[in-house]
Amino acid sequence: MTNGPKRILVACGTAIATSTVVAQAIIEAMKEKGIEVTTRQCKATEVSTLVKEGFDLVVTTTPVPDDLGVPVIQTLAFLTGMGKEEAIEEIAQALQT
Amino acid sequence: MEISKYLHPEATILQMDGGNSEDVIRGLGDKLFSLGHVKDDFVDATLQREANMPTGLPLEGSINAAIPHVDIEFVNSPALGLATLKEPVTFYNMVETETEVPVRLVIMLALDQPKSQVEMLRSVAQVLQNTALVNQLMEATSFEEVISALK
Repeated sequence: MTNGPKRILVACGTAIATSTVVAQAIIEAMKEKGIEVTTRQCKATEVSTLVKEGFDLVVTTTPVPDDLGVPVIQTLAFLTGMGKEEAIEEIAQALQT
Repeated sequence: MEISKYLHPEATILQMDGGNSEDVIRGLGDKLFSLGHVKDDFVDATLQREANMPTGLPLEGSINAAIPHVDIEFVNSPALGLATLKEPVTFYNMVETETEVPVRLVIMLALDQPKSQVEMLRSVAQVLQNTALVNQLMEATSFEEVISALK
């Protein structure tokens, strides 16, 4: 287990729009829970390569490969609001294990 | 809300009747092109991206949305296009890309720099998460009504 903030790779189609919203929302939600995180945004096509740089979790709004070696959470909750509490819990859980 | 700043009467199509998702994307994209916000290949690139990586979003209420957009290289300056549709058109779900989403609210995003439009994107998400506001937008028949709903 490494010390310091947890690293989350946030993926979407273009790495501009959706992942910006999602990354912001995750940082705020985790801050409220007292979990310090850093995020990096990327395109879904870059996930497999970037994840090797050492991330604790991948959160994505588009399909990504499922053999990444770290937990992957696929969710639209930060865009649509539906299931947001559950998604926040799931992320917090994944970071604490 | 921040979102109002990026909307244009010309690129706001209300109560659109008939057509499919491509017609909506073309309709909005062509307007953003005439306004100078996007390059001439923006529409084709957006359609292609929508086919590979769809942007349909099932929302809490009865109305679903789509947020078509594409890489920054096709954009000159940031803007939004907005369309409300009388009848749903078929988009596909962003996460479950085989799943159809009947969409009546389309917000097209033209973004020119990563992270530069965080507030605008945040307010788009706020709109999508606000069922009452979505319903208000669906009823709007003029650009002024859209802007006043978004205040």
